[in-house]
Amino acid sequence: MLNIEKRLENDIWNLILTGEIDASNSVELDAAISEVVQDGAKSILIDCAALDYISSAGLGVFMSYLDEFEENNVKMVIFALKDKVFQVFHILGLDQLIDIRPSKEEALKG
Amino acid sequence: MNSQLRVYCDTAQLSDLRQFLESILKVTQLSEIEQHQVILAVEEVCANLIIHSHDCNSNEYIDLNVISSKALIVFEILDFGEGFNILEYQEPEISQVIKSKRKGGLGIILVKRIMDKIEFESFENKNICRLYKILNSK
Repeated sequence: MLNIEKRLENDIWNLILTGEIDASNSVELDAAISEVVQDGAKSILIDCAALDYISSAGLGVFMSYLDEFEENNVKMVIFALKDKVFQVFHILGLDQLIDIRPSKEEALKG
Repeated sequence: MNSQLRVYCDTAQLSDLRQFLESILKVTQLSEIEQHQVILAVEEVCANLIIHSHDCNSNEYIDLNVISSKALIVFEILDFGEGFNILEYQEPEISQVIKSKRKGGLGIILVKRIMDKIEFESFENKNICRLYKILNSK
């Protein structure tokens, strides 16, 4: 079960993820990111404080935007990952490729 | 101890699979992070079979047998049809995954990095993938 709340705060799109991301629902994450991109988002914060699980299907969604975001100067920051979820990013070395911060305050520092 | 679960080829079944694995792993000496990773590895193999080998046809199924002892836990994943040999699969470089914007390929890398040993065998129409995790290592 995955819930994605989209919230625009001071020109920054916040995507608040709750639950678990797997192959059954990763398209919802893709759609949510795609929607804010189409809306012209230049800064996207992904709040993962309530995210309990992510499989490669979800990781692949984040990865698929990295090049496009770099080309278009879109900043994406993932923050507040639970340790067990962060470790999944770390196994693949994605913590070196994706901007991951411990908290929203840190994520907003730019 | 042995446990079995039949998973029909629908990705909606993956959350049930995780619950099943969680109930088995929580009584092992693996840390919460290790349990999480083993659940992920088993799910990645099953999701791969459900999506790529069985085209999400919910009339088809895969069988999971879990054999655990004090020192070792083995996940035996059986399916019928065109086999997917995880050992022969050449996983992509992470940089390729980014460049090609492909959303797949990461799962098998995770499985190979998380599990201690992987076996694959296929005979007639039946395929077996075995994932081993040593319980007192890593």
